[in-house]
Formats: sequence, C-alpha cells, structure tokens
Amino acid sequence: MIKNMTCINCPLGCQLEVEVDGEIKVSGNKCKRGEEYAKNEITNPLRIITTTVKVEGGDRPLLSVKTDKEIPKSKIFDIMKEINKVKTKAPVEIGDIVIENVLGTGANIVATSKIQRAD
Amino acid sequence: MNKDLVIIGGGPAGLAAAIEAKKNGIDDILILERDKRLGGILQQCIHNGFGLHVFKEQLTGPEYAQRFIDEVEKLGIEYKLESMVLHLGEDKKIIVLNPKDGLFEIQAKAVVLAMGCRERTRGALNIPGNRPAGVFTAGAAQRFVNMEGYMVGKKVVILGSGDIGLIMARRMTIEGAEVKMVVELMPYSTGLKRNIVQCLEDFDIPLLFNHTVTKIHGKERVEGVTIAKVDDKRQPIEGTELFVECDTLLLSVGLIPENELTRETKIEINPVTNGAYVNELMETSIEGIFACGNVVHVHDLVDFVTQESFLAGYGAAKYIKGEKSNSANKFKTKGLNGIRYVVPNIIHPENVKDAVNFYMRVSDVYHNVNLIVKDGDKVLYKLRKNHVSPGEMENVKLSKEILQKVEGDELVFELEEVAI
Repeated sequence: MIKNMTCINCPLGCQLEVEVDGEIKVSGNKCKRGEEYAKNEITNPLRIITTTVKVEGGDRPLLSVKTDKEIPKSKIFDIMKEINKVKTKAPVEIGDIVIENVLGTGANIVATSKIQRAD
Repeated sequence: MNKDLVIIGGGPAGLAAAIEAKKNGIDDILILERDKRLGGILQQCIHNGFGLHVFKEQLTGPEYAQRFIDEVEKLGIEYKLESMVLHLGEDKKIIVLNPKDGLFEIQAKAVVLAMGCRERTRGALNIPGNRPAGVFTAGAAQRFVNMEGYMVGKKVVILGSGDIGLIMARRMTIEGAEVKMVVELMPYSTGLKRNIVQCLEDFDIPLLFNHTVTKIHGKERVEGVTIAKVDDKRQPIEGTELFVECDTLLLSVGLIPENELTRETKIEINPVTNGAYVNELMETSIEGIFACGNVVHVHDLVDFVTQESFLAGYGAAKYIKGEKSNSANKFKTKGLNGIRYVVPNIIHPENVKDAVNFYMRVSDVYHNVNLIVKDGDKVLYKLRKNHVSPGEMENVKLSKEILQKVEGDELVFELEEVAI
C-alpha cells in the first residue's frame, strides 16, 4: 500500500509517497530528513499534547498544560480523558507536575503557565 | 507624570522592547497593558512551537511569555495593567485610563508602539444571513476555550486556513467537538505546513481550497452554513452551493495591525502592511516614536517579533540618550516582482548596529526563484529559493558594511525566475 504525506521539517513541504508493505520505502523527499520523518510517522507517530486543566482558588480559571515529552498519536484522546478528570489548586508554577506518568506513557502532564492565588 | 520611555502594549513585542531599552541604559520605563496580565495573545496560545529561533527549544505561548515577564520583573521595569491608552499626541503626550488611577496623562520622551494586531471579523467579509450566536473569530474562540473555560460549540466549520484557524481545528477536536471542515478561499493555505499536517491531517479534517461561506443559517444559534466553490476572481460559482450543518462558524481570515492610535497621531502608515513605515531603528515617521511586532506587520513567528522588538528598544534608548545620528544619508527599501513589502522602509546606515534584518512577504506561491537585493543594477545579495509562499515570511540579513556601501537612494528586493 502507498501512503501520501507531507513532510513538515521545513517550509518546502515535500509531498512524500511512502510504501508501507514490508520494508518502508520513501520517495518524493528532497532531503534525508523527509525519509526519517516518513519512517517515524509510519512506525510510531509521536505528538506533544497541549491543553488546559481547571484550577481552584487561582487568579484565573484554567491552567495550561502539556505532556513533557512526545506521546503516541493514538493515545491523544485517552490522555485527554485523563486530563479532563483532574483539577489543580493555585498557586502553580511552570513545570509543576499535574499528572505523573500519564497512562503509563512515561510522560508527565506539566503546567505551562503560572497561576497565582486569587486575593 | 513624566517618563523617559512609555511602551504601549505588554505582549511579546512590548516586553522585548522594554528589556532591551533597560539594558541599554534607560531606567525610567513604563509599560501600559490593557489586559489583566502581561504576555498578550501568547497567553491564549497554549500550543507549542514557540521559541525555536530565540531559545532553540519548543515552548508554549505562556511559557515563552513568562520568560520575558520574569526578565521584566527582574530588571524592575514598571508596568500598569488594565490600562487603556486613549490618545497619543505628536508631542508624545499619552492619555491613559485605568480603574485604579482613573484618567491620567503621561509626557514621554520616547514611545514604543507595540499594540499587536486584531482579527478580521464577519463584518469585514460581509457574509449574508442573520446574526445568530455561534459565529466567532478563531482567536476569540481560542481565548474562550483556553483562558476563560468556555467551549464555544460542538459542530464546527472553520473559514480560512490561517494558523489560528488550523490550531483551533485541533483544539476543538481534542476537546470533543466535531470539526467538519476548513474552507479556504485561496488555492493555497496561508498557514504553516506543520499546522496543516498536525492540526488537520492528524484528525482527518478536510481542507477545501477555492471555497467560501456564502450564507450563515439560523436565527438564535447557527444551524449551518452554505459553502460554494469560487472562480479565479474569487467569486462564488452558481450551482456549487452545499449546505453544511453546524452550530459554530470560526473565522480565521486574516489579521490587521492595531493602528487606531498610530493613525490619530498622524504617523505615516504603509498601505500594504497597514503598519507604520519604520526605519533601521524601528522609528516611525515621528521622531522618538518607535513601533515593533504585529503593529508594524503581521508575523507568523513570535521569534521574529522578539528580534524586531529588541531593535526598537535599542533604537528608543539611542534616541533618548541623544546618540542617534540625524545625518541626511539614507535610502529607501522597496519590494518588486513578487515581493509585496519590505520592513524596514528607510535605512540610515550609520545608525545600524551590526546588521539589518529585512523582513518581507511574497505575493504568491513561487517555485525555483532567486531572492535578490539590488542597489541600482548592482546585485548585493542573491539566494536561491525552492519554494516561497505568502504564508511564510522571508528574511534577509545585510551587514552594516554592505549597507554603508549602498550608492543609490533605493534598495530593491525582488524575485527572479531561475531557468531549470
């Protein structure tokens, strides 16, 4: 089977054709990074998730968070369910861990903004 | 109140300008911000990908902003929040309103304009239909979802494939909404490639080029939109209309520099960028009033805003200290043949620190071209480009040494076709 994808390593955006049966073969790429990108995308696509969690007693209602490393793309919605279950309490500093090792992925959900206590 | 330097806007542009002015010996600085906290629109841009050029790492918007906020605090730079500037005079007198001090006046020696930009709205497009709830600009929706904690809809159509629209397509999807499609008037996207892939293709959201929304249905709440194909004059083609059921329409149809104050001050505005004409120190047509960031021209990367704003802060410091040269030796910059605009617009070579980074946008998608810079017939710079697009800003750095050798009164930036 042949899969079409766009390489995102640079603005060029090469249109890649990737043969996915047996050994992965990439064509359409103008540089080596395209091949690497396509292989990763086929075998193990990874993404960072960024979202928010609710905060109690803070100077604003939401805390922005992210996974501190890339997680498998297929787990995005499962991880979102986990994130939507939690609430945090102010104050929060950037980098504070909100969920440790979410769904056993090895990634933590960490704060990406600073929340002070509401006066 | 008297201040050496007043910076209007506490987003990434204003913060960077303040930091650089302080580091260049100006202590009496005040930042005026109309929101409840510093950081500007970055606070609602919770996705990552910021800072690759400046910090060599991927940060989210709030993280990027916080680095500059921390630096402003560390340097002891004064700021006032919830402060709206109502008027800026040619004499650098500023009228401000806030809930704590009421209405007050500041006389500044120098001013940096860093008000950013605003989104084009439904009114700018004239889409027919009633005015039901459920029509938002993508940025307003972003603020509701990411900062205020309100979900804006369940079934969404997005008009325009600018970066904010693409990012909101992903954001709404992972928050549980169904994004039916992104409709783009042009035959290409103005968004970054990585956003098209990671925000649309990742979630199988269709992107329809050469299409637009011709009607909004619903009276109390959006019930759907009519979309249609457009011809090469961007006019809807009869018979191609299609009804799409949805409860929300997000508009991501372009940004306009926020220059209400600038216009009132009678600063010269470039009709192409809708931002002020600026010189090598980011100074506008009024001496001592500088401008930087999206208020000058809309950037796609905040990193470039930061670099440009450092320059404005440096320029303002130089002006306040009386170190700016006022010699008549200068030349203009101009974009031709595929280059829509160039910033900065006027160069006095002796005021340049080490080099000038010229920012520009092309007017269409081109393949295999040379980006060249010419002083009369003399080519000063030439770079082969495999691909350029209006969605990705180009930049060319020219050293002070090169700029001092310019003989003509105009530096021309253009694209030249390459025979393959």
